[in-house]
This record gives sequence, C-alpha cells and structure tokens, in this order.
Amino acid sequence: MKRVALIGMPNVGKSTLFNRLTGSHVKAGNWPGITVDLYSAKLLLGADIVELVDLPGVYDLRGHTEDQAVVSTFIARNRVDLMLVVINASQIERQLRLVSSLAPLGVPLVLILNMADEAAALGIRIECEKLSSRMGMPVCMVSAKRGHGLEQLRTLIRTSLQEPLQPPRADIDERALDAAAHACVFVPAQATHAQTEKLDRVLLHPWLGLPIFFGVMFLLFEAIFWVGKPIQDAMSWFFDTLRNVALVPLASGLPEMVRGLLFDGLYSGLATVASFVPLIILFFLCMALVEDTGYLSRAAFLMDALMSKFGMDGRSFVMILMGFGCNVPALMGTRVMRSRGLRLLTMLVIPLSLCSARLQVFLFFIAALFPTRTAPLVLFSLYLMSIAAAMLTSLVFKRRFSNNDALVLEMPPYRLPTLSQVILRGWHEVMHFLRRATRFIVAGVVLVWVLTHFPIGAAPASAQTWAGQLGAFLNPVLSPLGIDPQLTIALIFGFVAKEIVIGSLAVIYARDGGALLSALADHINWIQAYSFMLFTLIYTPCLSTIATIRTEAKNRAYTVFAVVWPLALAWVVSFVFYQTAISI
Amino acid sequence: MRTLDSLTTGERAIIRTLEVSEDLAYCLSAFGFRIGKTVQLIRRARFAGPLHIRIDTTDLMLRACDARCIEVQRQPA
Ligand SMILES: Nc1nc2c(ncn2[C@@H]2O[C@H](COP(=O)(O)OP(=O)(O)OP(=O)(O)O)[C@@H](O)[C@H]2O)c(=O)[nH]1
Ligand SMILES: [Mg+2]
Repeated sequence: MKRVALIGMPNVGKSTLFNRLTGSHVKAGNWPGITVDLYSAKLLLGADIVELVDLPGVYDLRGHTEDQAVVSTFIARNRVDLMLVVINASQIERQLRLVSSLAPLGVPLVLILNMADEAAALGIRIECEKLSSRMGMPVCMVSAKRGHGLEQLRTLIRTSLQEPLQPPRADIDERALDAAAHACVFVPAQATHAQTEKLDRVLLHPWLGLPIFFGVMFLLFEAIFWVGKPIQDAMSWFFDTLRNVALVPLASGLPEMVRGLLFDGLYSGLATVASFVPLIILFFLCMALVEDTGYLSRAAFLMDALMSKFGMDGRSFVMILMGFGCNVPALMGTRVMRSRGLRLLTMLVIPLSLCSARLQVFLFFIAALFPTRTAPLVLFSLYLMSIAAAMLTSLVFKRRFSNNDALVLEMPPYRLPTLSQVILRGWHEVMHFLRRATRFIVAGVVLVWVLTHFPIGAAPASAQTWAGQLGAFLNPVLSPLGIDPQLTIALIFGFVAKEIVIGSLAVIYARDGGALLSALADHINWIQAYSFMLFTLIYTPCLSTIATIRTEAKNRAYTVFAVVWPLALAWVVSFVFYQTAISI
Repeated sequence: MRTLDSLTTGERAIIRTLEVSEDLAYCLSAFGFRIGKTVQLIRRARFAGPLHIRIDTTDLMLRACDARCIEVQRQPA
C-alpha cells in the first residue's frame, strides 16, 4: 500500500484535513501542538486505498522536541511515497521554508495551501500556477475547515501516486523559496485579522484580561452545573424506573445471589456512572469550544508572568487547563517543550488538575451534602484548590527542575469551530468515556460487590466482609481525615479510575439515584465530604495517567515520585482542613 | 541601538541583529525573524509578562528577556 504523509508547521490544519479526507476523528484545535503523535488511516481514492499519516507540526526536521522527534523518526524508519506539505495560505513566506528541509529527502512533494478562506478574507492573492512552476511541484488551495478544494486534492493525490512525481531539486534553498513567495504571493500592507484585533483589545486588556479570563472559566463551570445537573437527575430517574419497572420483574426467577450481583452490583454501579454521560458530553463540548477558539494561547499570554514565578511558563498553564478535561492528553501535550526540567515540572503538576472523572465524583458529593445555592461555589472552590495544589507543588520543586526554555508561541487568530467539528469532538469524547467504562468500571464494580459481600454469611458491606476488613486496616491512616471505612474502599478503587468511585459507592450502599444521595447524607457530614473531595482531588492520579507519566518521562524514579508526592500532599491538605474545620 | 523590548506599544522597527542562543534562534527563524524584517509591538502583558509581537501576518508572544537580545532600528516613516 502506498503511504502518504501530511507534514507542516504546527496549527496549519493538518489534522482537520486528515479528518476531512479519511473521515477520522483525531483531535484538532486552535493551539500549536495539539497533535503530538502519529495517526494513520486508510484513504480511498477511486479504486485505490492508500495510507494517510497525520504528523505533529514541525518547523524543520532537526527534532528539538519530543513531538518533532516523532516526525523525524517516522521519516527515517518508513518509506513515504508522497508528502503533502500543508501551509497556512496567509503565512506562505515563512512557512515555505519547510520545503528546504524536506527537499533533500528525495520524496515527491505536493504543496497544500490551507485556510484559503482566511487568506481571501485578508485580501491575500496567490498565483498558484506560477508558484507551482517555480517550485517544481503541484500546488493546491484548500480550506479543510469549509471543505473547499478537497475533490481537486483527492484527484491530485491519485494522479501523483499513479504517475510518480519527480522529487523536488535537493538544492532548493531558502533564498529561492523566499523569491518564489515574493513573486507569487501578494499580501496587502495592512493584512490583519480585524475581528481578532478587536477581541484581543478586550480579552488581553492590561487590567481586565485576567479578571475576564477567570470570569469566563467561572461562568463555564457554572453553566455546566446549571444545565447538567437537571439532565443528570433525569438520567438517574430514568435508570431507577427502568430497573423497577422492567428489569426486576424480568429477573425474578434468578437466584438471590445472582440478582444481588446483577442489581446491587453491576446495575447500580453502571447506572450511577452512566447518569453522568450527558454531563460529560456537555463538559467536553465546552472544552472543545475553548480549545478551538484560540483563547488558550491568550491564557498562556496572560498567565506567563505569574507562571514564571513558579518555574513554569504560559504553556504549562494551558496544559493544566487541558488537564481539566483529561490528564492524559495534557501530559502528552508537554512534548512541545524543549527544556526537560520544564517538561518534568509541568508533568508533575498536571495530575493535580481536576479532570472530568473527578468532576463526576464532586458533583455527586456536592449534590448529596450541599444546598443548591452554595453548590456551584463549592465546585469552583475545588477548581481553585486544584490550581493552588499545582502552584504549591511547582513552588516546592521548581529548583529541582530548572527551566531554560524560551517561550516563543504563536497567537493564532480567533476561530469559531463549525457545528460539525464540535459535535464530532463531543461524540469522540463519549466513545472514549464508554471505552473506559467498559474496561475499568464493569470490572471495578464487580470486584467491589465481591469484596462487600464475601465471605458468605457476612452482612453486606459490614465490618466482617473483606472490604470491611480492608477498610478497617487502612482506617488509622484515613480516619484523621474524616474518611470512614466505606469511603476508604471507594478511594482504593479510585486509584484505578476515578469513574469507579461513585460506582463503587453505589455498590457499597446498595442503592443508586436519589436513594444513594440520601444514604450518603445520612452517613457523613459536609466537613467529611469536603475532606474526602480534597483527598480525591489531590491523591494518586488514575492508572492511565501514571502509565502516561511513565512512558513520557521514561524514568521510573520520577514516576514513583509523581505518585508519592500527591498522595502525601493530599493527606496533609485533608488533615489540615478536617482538623481545623471540626475544631471550630 | 535599541532592543526589541524597548519599543512602545504599536511601534514598528526593523531587525538589525539576532544574537541569541541557538535554541532561540531556531524558534525565531521558524516565525520569520530575519535581519531586515519589520516587527511591530502590539502590546505587553502586565507584571513584566510577555510581549505580543507581529511579524508579517504572524502574531506571537515572546518574553521580554528574550526580546532584549534582538537589536532593532526604528523604521523610517
Ligand atoms: N479558517 C480556517 N480554519 C481552519 C482551516 N483548517 C483548519 N482550521 C482551524 O485551524 C486550527 C488548527 O487545526 P488543526 O487541524 O488542529 O492543525 P494541525 O496542523 O493539526 O495542528 P497541530 O496538530 O498542532 O500541528 C483549528 O482551529 C481548525 O479549526 C481552514 O481551512 N480554515
Ligand atoms: Mg494536528
């Protein structure tokens, strides 16, 4: 099978084009460095199938960072029949230089000028045919986002593979490229993104910029709470009704033990977790919107001064924000950093980000123990605690991981994602959530059920069960934090995946929906709940996060440290909170 | 000669020297920084934060300490 690779500088729309051409759903976003790994998919061109590969963005092939090394390794180890060099049509002059590092490879090149829509809006004129003959390679104008020019591009790829193109002259140098750009591209003197300028004047305002940023964040979380909560209540009601009306009568013939496992174990656990699906969708739609607008680069700009006091930079802050979705892609996103110290320090703080899985646990506890009026504030306080824990960590360790990286970061124009981009992204996240659910949660809740119901004869979830014994064993460590044996069991499973925490509580209390909430409120008070939430927020990240830290850092001692430090920090924070709160 | 970080907001200037570390030179050249190019300072972030710089049609941020290594000359009007 022939292999075609998409290559280009960061944030030029390679992944958007890849998705368009192959119908895949790799993540795209208005931030340089969204893609940090290889993705490949089959591309159907008439009767032929070729393999299309999406690569991280690169400035040349020297590979200064991990993500750029991915590209150079890929090119060194694989035969590539055709390279599609993707260039932002409004920045041809600087981006064309990439061709000079690709030419010596001897692979035929096709030049793709993407974002034709933006170039046109800026009044930029490009003479494609002239550019093509000067460069000695086909040139194609497209807009990956709007889907313009894709048919031509497909035809071009097909013909270029059938009658192989000549590779470009190996000696094509930067002077020749600059000259070609000058001769074929006409940029008006004042080519600026007018809307972006206007928005930046407000959003990057010297005094208002930061308050606006935190205001926007607060409103987003608030919105998720107000919109998501009723939907989640409706979902729990639905699962409750389904169980009582349809499933219980259906299963009446089964033995007691099996029914217990099915209902109090699997069903309670899964239904509790599943009732959060709409909320997760909503949350990720918001995240996708923020990531696609280009506001992340502005957040980096606004926060860099503060972050540098903590030994990090604006990009680290953006990774913490991305970690609010899921820690794993945020950890991988640090590949764009050149300084190893900065990268390790950022990877140390990312797991403290309040990810969407922890969000479910907190929404659940907040719903059970706090009045609706204060609920959103409690949630926001946890987000602030998450950032504070990250800052404290970096303050303690910034000397051990020194940062000498320069911060040179593009501030792309604001872009509004299309509806289909947002929906696809939301869909993708749900699939990801469900995959995790099937992998961890089913096994987790079954295990919790077994632990809370055996040995045979012990009253369910009592101190005599295995779970009770385990909880009692750890009790001396956790009771000073106000965490009782039942919650301890949930915490142990939360180590595997935070999604299991509420699933296992449902099993432990043998209830779901509203009944579970009131059972929880009967067992613990709000101080215990907040202490538990603090502990859950900070303690050991989930297994996938640990695995990612291990593969990204390639260092076992660091990984152990990245597990032990948050655990210790969590204990101290919860201890201080709980002991202070009960004594006043 | 003045350095890039000393520009006032909105001011344009021409790059004269780029005597920076190898790493920084690499980043800057990727963004089109070359001797003779015109750059404009759009704004600065508060608390000695980064500079918002425009070069051709690219906007980027650069820390003031790095901008100090770039000598510029006022653009003749
Ligand atoms: N206006 C416009 N925006 C586009 C077009 N193609 C992509 N974009 C936007 O440009 C941004 C970057 O797109 P990506 O596909 O993530 O870019 P990439 O080259 O894969 O970026 P990295 O993975 O970071 O190297 C996204 O916000 C896209 O929505 C286009 O043709 N027109
Ligand atoms: Mg990409």
